[in-house]
Amino acid sequence: MGATKVDGNDKGKVRIFTLSTCIWCKKTKEFLAQNNVAYEYIDMDMLDADEKDAALVELKKWNEKCSMPTVVVNDSVCIVGFKEQEIREALSL
Amino acid sequence: MSGAGTEGERAARVEAKYEKLKKEAAAGGYFLNPDEPFAKDLAESLLVNEERYGYAACPCRLSGGKRELDLDIICPCDYRDADVEEHGACYCALYVSGEVARSEREVEPVPERRPDALIEAAAKGELPVAESQPIERAPSQRAAFGGSSAIPVWRCKVCGYLCARDNPPGVCPICKVTKDRFERF
Repeated sequence: MGATKVDGNDKGKVRIFTLSTCIWCKKTKEFLAQNNVAYEYIDMDMLDADEKDAALVELKKWNEKCSMPTVVVNDSVCIVGFKEQEIREALSL
Repeated sequence: MSGAGTEGERAARVEAKYEKLKKEAAAGGYFLNPDEPFAKDLAESLLVNEERYGYAACPCRLSGGKRELDLDIICPCDYRDADVEEHGACYCALYVSGEVARSEREVEPVPERRPDALIEAAAKGELPVAESQPIERAPSQRAAFGGSSAIPVWRCKVCGYLCARDNPPGVCPICKVTKDRFERF
């Protein structure tokens, strides 16, 4: 699937659902990069139809509204929107 | 292709788009985000979407890829004014309230106001069947006449401008007076 890995320190499994055009998604990626957190992102607008359907099924489990960014940590914590403080807490930053 | 060109040409197009957005916002009594690099980044994303879809789909929402699926989220979206009124910014925060424009209020994440049925339709890439799945539209999208759910009409006491919407605009788009100069018509 079309997930892109970004290297950094292992803070657990960090998977974010994003749009390439969304400024809040960019801010989320920048925040993770600045804090040197390893993560993977899925730019939903850059996927082909099948990949997008699969990604939406996964995203919907976490966030009914399928809005971006959605940050999922360790398959257990979900943060919708760029909420810096909540991301810090989830990743112990 | 319009997407090609040098970096300099690209930057010039973004600049031109930003200036156009800013001018149009000011003319209508709206405000762009005062963080200029932020607003320009969104201007660039709008250009990307214009090239990609043929219309300026909201950069911060998942496009359905077809105009009829995205009508309500073509920038400026149907939800801008209500979100600026309630949260001080539209969903992307390209448009902000006067308070935010004057740096008297911070922008916070804006919850999604778009009805679930429209989000679902965009995700599927198919329009919902009208009969079986009636869409609960935002008040501002309801018909402006008759019935208990009719939208109120507001009158600018200065210039007489009339508009049918949930609340009067922050600034009269015609004569630029503030919303407290409006009365229920």
